[in-house]
Amino acid sequence: MSAVEDVVTEAPAVEAVPKRAMTLGTGTSVVVLLLLLVVPVFAKNFVIFQLTQLLYLGLAVLALNILTGGSGQFSLGQSAFYGIGAYITAVMMEQFNIPYFLCLPVAGVLCFGVGFLFGQPALRLSGVYLALATFALATAMPQLLKLNFLEKWTGGVQGLVVTKPDAPFGLKMSQDMWLYYFTLVVVLAIYIFSVNLLRSRSGRAFMAIRDNEIAASAMGVNVALYKTLAFGVSAGITGVAGGLSAIAVQFVAPDSFTITLAIQLFLGMVVGGVGWLPGSIIGAAFIIFVPNIAEGISKGLSGAVFGVLLFLVIYLVPHGARQVAILGQQFASRLRKN
Amino acid sequence: MPAMHVRLGALAAALALSASLSTGASAQKKYDTGASDTEIKIGNIMAYSGPASAYGVIGKTEEAYFRKVNAEGGINGRKINFISYDDAYSPPKTVEQARKLVESDEVLFIFNSLGTPPNSAIQKYMNSKKVPQLFVATGATKWNDPQNFPWTMGWQPNYQSETQIYAKYILKEMPNAKIAVLFQNDDYGKDYLKGLKDGLGAKAASMIVQEESYEVSEPTIDSHIVKLKSTGADVFVNITTPKFAAQAIKKNAEIGWKPVHFLNNVSISIGSVMKPAGIENGQGVISSAYLKDPTDPQWKDDAGMKAWNEFLDKYYPDANRTDNSVVYGYTVAQTLAHVLKQCGDDLTRENVMKQAASIKDLELGMMLPGIKVNTSPTDFAPLSQLQLMRFKGETWERFGDVISGDVGG
Repeated sequence: MSAVEDVVTEAPAVEAVPKRAMTLGTGTSVVVLLLLLVVPVFAKNFVIFQLTQLLYLGLAVLALNILTGGSGQFSLGQSAFYGIGAYITAVMMEQFNIPYFLCLPVAGVLCFGVGFLFGQPALRLSGVYLALATFALATAMPQLLKLNFLEKWTGGVQGLVVTKPDAPFGLKMSQDMWLYYFTLVVVLAIYIFSVNLLRSRSGRAFMAIRDNEIAASAMGVNVALYKTLAFGVSAGITGVAGGLSAIAVQFVAPDSFTITLAIQLFLGMVVGGVGWLPGSIIGAAFIIFVPNIAEGISKGLSGAVFGVLLFLVIYLVPHGARQVAILGQQFASRLRKN
Repeated sequence: MPAMHVRLGALAAALALSASLSTGASAQKKYDTGASDTEIKIGNIMAYSGPASAYGVIGKTEEAYFRKVNAEGGINGRKINFISYDDAYSPPKTVEQARKLVESDEVLFIFNSLGTPPNSAIQKYMNSKKVPQLFVATGATKWNDPQNFPWTMGWQPNYQSETQIYAKYILKEMPNAKIAVLFQNDDYGKDYLKGLKDGLGAKAASMIVQEESYEVSEPTIDSHIVKLKSTGADVFVNITTPKFAAQAIKKNAEIGWKPVHFLNNVSISIGSVMKPAGIENGQGVISSAYLKDPTDPQWKDDAGMKAWNEFLDKYYPDANRTDNSVVYGYTVAQTLAHVLKQCGDDLTRENVMKQAASIKDLELGMMLPGIKVNTSPTDFAPLSQLQLMRFKGETWERFGDVISGDVGG
């Protein structure tokens, strides 16, 4: 192993995150959940739409977090799985008239399969090399979606318009609000699943691989299986997030799933704190709102302003939101002692 | 020729007059969200960053033009508040920005949002909200569909009508031509190709000997040109964006392939295509246009060109004057100013669409002589005329009549 590779593989595994530190305390969880439930009632439709965006992008960041924070593997190819999930959902809804809530599991399962298969060759790679391989996947995806023989279903370069579902059972609720609560339920379910996954035997295997592959295999962990499994789970969740995005945005096109998206997700994970699941939502908030703030500061230099803000975050709190949370906790406990 | 130009001042006066006439008829002031006695709020979505950021100039030019309008007293006494957001050419971001404009900033309408995929993403939303999506900045043919999308309207001549015009010309002048086509593998390239095939009709299959596509991410298209030459075609239809167009013209000369060369309107800039390709290599290339090229010496003393230059001097001094997008942004903003003047004091979304759909023979300073803006309730394609031209010396020499090719969506 070269020195470069060592440095890169070690970087995400900040220090081994204890299992309990991966989630929020019960009190905080309840507060956050209440906020997520109540805020939309008082918000404008546009804000609800943004919150929905926050949820499904947070889900995609969470998926990457399981892969990188959990099993220590890199991926710059999440946009590909996200795109596949979005397209599967859109095509099923529009071309085959299948209800949206049935499309999402299908998207998840198929993406799990694709991720699992992609994980096989990726096994031989690690660190920067794996990042590069997944990068290739992300660059290829928009062009694959444009392929002629798929055009019948995908609408080719023109993309596909998706019909937004109405609230069921005659509920008097706007489409946006219904979609928000629907997304919230899906995201919560997957969040709980992920927390339990990481606390389970499989989760411990992921983390053992992350911390030391050789030691893990010596302990009897099937390294190859768990590495590909992590890829599969991550891809599956990303696919569901992509499906939710297709419904919320009401449109899919190859240009929606470029490498920029993959980098954004990666960025969201780092800002949220690698390996800290609740940080995913904070990371998603960063990638949604900070570009808007940057644009507000200077239109011509929005990219540069964004860069400066990102640099500040990484420089001041290299471990992202997790570090802020820990600092806050320490501060609170010190107050209590006094 | 200059007599045919409606001078800007005279135009403004005429517009003011017609506006005052129409206000006389309906004295009552009517407003929708985004309009008031003092202000008209207009939304815009541009790619200031990302792969299409070169077009961001259009948004900047429009912003400058509305500053000029405001400095000169606004439109019917109302100032334009032009809110322009960046979507980086990413459709999900476009949706977010469009919703922000409509629901949070509460604009009267969205004007000249850029690109086919971004506009496709918001078309359904805009139409269900009944907010005008006016003069979108894309040449796709589907924007001219008042039946299904009465709140969406294009502006520039669409891609299909352009290649239909070439097809007509080929059928008339060279009925036995063997045609080779090079096109960019995206919506824009495919739209152009469809127009060509439709124009050739039943003869398309026999006349087109090779269709070759390239990806926008390819560094060079030299190998495609060599392949096309080997087909022995004597007509070359070149559907490429500026960088590739210059490469194609140059490569043709290098390998000594001399077909009749049709170049799409997207890449006719003398400054950014013909000069880099080599002036001598571009001789005889045929294309078509509807706007004046600022780098073309024949417009040096033209009144419209002078007005454009004065505008840039005062409101957008650091503009790149060889960039056709600056002409584009200026002219489309003028068209909008015309529509808003026509609206008078009835600034409802419905009336904005109504006025946009009843433009009659509007001529603007930077459009070629004889090209007019025309719309009707069943024709949502404001510009549908083009004039053929041939590159000769250092300039485009126009020939034939102004040809129109209306294609519905």
